Amino acid sequence: MPNVMIRRKESGELLFYVAKKDMEETIATVERDSESEWGGEVELTDGSRWYIDPISPPPSFPTTLRFKKA
Amino acid sequence: MSAMTREETEALIQEVLEVYPEKAKKDRAKHLAVNDQEIEQSKKCITSNRKSLPGVMTIRGCAYAGSKGVVWGPIKDMIHISHGPVGCGQYSRAGRRNYYVGVTGVNTFGTMNFTSDFQEKDIVFGGDKKLDKLITEIEQLFPMSKGVSIQSECPIGLIGDDIEAVAKKKAKELEKPVVPVRCEGFRGVSQSLGHHIANDAIRDWVIGNRDGDESFETTPYDVAVIGDYNIGGDAWASRTLLEEMGLRVVAQWSGDGTLSEMELTPKVKLNLIHCYRSMNYISRHMEEKYGIPWVEYNFFGPTKIAESLLKIASYFDDKIKEGAERVIERYKAEYEAVIAKYRPRLEGKRVMLYVGGLRPRHVIGAYEDLGMEVVGTGYEFAHNDDYDRTIKEMGNATLLYDDVTGYEFEEFVKKVKPDLIGSGIKEKYIFQKMGIPFRQMHSWDYSGPYHGYDGFAIFARDMDMTLNNPCWNKMTAPWLKASQEPEAVAAGA
Ligand code: SF4
Repeated sequence: MPNVMIRRKESGELLFYVAKKDMEETIATVERDSESEWGGEVELTDGSRWYIDPISPPPSFPTTLRFKKA
Repeated sequence: MSAMTREETEALIQEVLEVYPEKAKKDRAKHLAVNDQEIEQSKKCITSNRKSLPGVMTIRGCAYAGSKGVVWGPIKDMIHISHGPVGCGQYSRAGRRNYYVGVTGVNTFGTMNFTSDFQEKDIVFGGDKKLDKLITEIEQLFPMSKGVSIQSECPIGLIGDDIEAVAKKKAKELEKPVVPVRCEGFRGVSQSLGHHIANDAIRDWVIGNRDGDESFETTPYDVAVIGDYNIGGDAWASRTLLEEMGLRVVAQWSGDGTLSEMELTPKVKLNLIHCYRSMNYISRHMEEKYGIPWVEYNFFGPTKIAESLLKIASYFDDKIKEGAERVIERYKAEYEAVIAKYRPRLEGKRVMLYVGGLRPRHVIGAYEDLGMEVVGTGYEFAHNDDYDRTIKEMGNATLLYDDVTGYEFEEFVKKVKPDLIGSGIKEKYIFQKMGIPFRQMHSWDYSGPYHGYDGFAIFARDMDMTLNNPCWNKMTAPWLKASQEPEAVAAGA
């Protein structure tokens, strides 16, 4: 369950950054991304999948969240 | 030799790997790559930030070097104790050429070496008492110091001293920040972890110091320069450009920087990151905690400077945008004259680099402005994200080498035959003796600054001075030369 920092890229996409692993990937899809909640299964551009219980209301980025490997 | 094709470069890597035992070969193969601009993610072609192989010659430093030498060391009004035996600090003392203004020994301490000079009894009985006493002495001798940082060397972690407790106690006594940094040299695979640990120490012990204190008058144009260590005056050459375009530079991290500048950084509007590798951690932290955006920039060579100035300006209003254009315009005649003078002398020359931090990619643009081509580059301690940023800067089919070994570097150079090599002091004399012009790209070979428009003029002159130095025609003894190529004598006369 790594701590992940989510921040917005200049282009507007979200970045998924794990400091411990020096991993920085763009988020491809988020299962639930609406006015009321954000989270669920998150897929990155490298194909890996992560999970976080949906947060409502959606958090404001940048922020650090704990993800699980899905 | 003309540019190498992809196949040739791949063959070269295979050839160089040939001498290694099977296991080492497998490992090193992952660190050597042929650049392919198509690749988006560097981890597909190159592995980095791994433990160096025992038995090969690596050029890396330790975590203490990353923290004391790079991040903390240049903060000029603090005293940085090299906590442990005397050697780690003394042999690296003042080696990085972080320029600063101030009276050394009175209000600034950059080039001095402070150490707890561990002896056998300190290892056996612990060094906390000594550290306590040492900090008291520092306060007596240097009352104008603004704070103390304790940079742990290897033994501190091994004997389990509680430097945090000492730091807390002394901070209360002195009413000054005393920062314990757990940057023992054995942590991590290179100095890179030292940067991270140092950033975390700043986060925990410095950044929040002025939270809730609104007495600092801010402007909408406040920025901080982060990751510029003022090597040979680099940060000064950068700062003038930013100020000229209308920004106010509140803090310099950490070249010529002070403790209070760091404490005030959370009040700025934008963080400007030059060395991403060593300071991205703290920038990310400030973005999350204070909502300060950060932007990477590159002040090597006019093309990249102009790009960066405009990129920085895009975060501000029209006044700054006009300012950026005005600055570019103002220096135009100057840098065009530099290019006109040196480009004809340097055009088409090929360069190989092997440095740390940001330079293996950041200086490429400056060489290109002079008509030169970088045919190979590599980092001592980069991570994937650094290579992600490098792939696009480098030409196709050029060489990338991560944590290159002494042997590999020499072999590459023998085959690629570059006209110039840029690396560190440990490589300098080997290559010069091989007859190849060489510049130290860590310390700017005791020259500099190289940042900014002013720096570019010096950079161009230095490259010319090195490459076109008449000594390179004198590599063969005159009596041998005469028999081989008699016409050379006539040409030289
Ligand atoms: S590895 Fe340890 S002993 Fe060596 S310089 Fe670094 S801190 Fe000092």
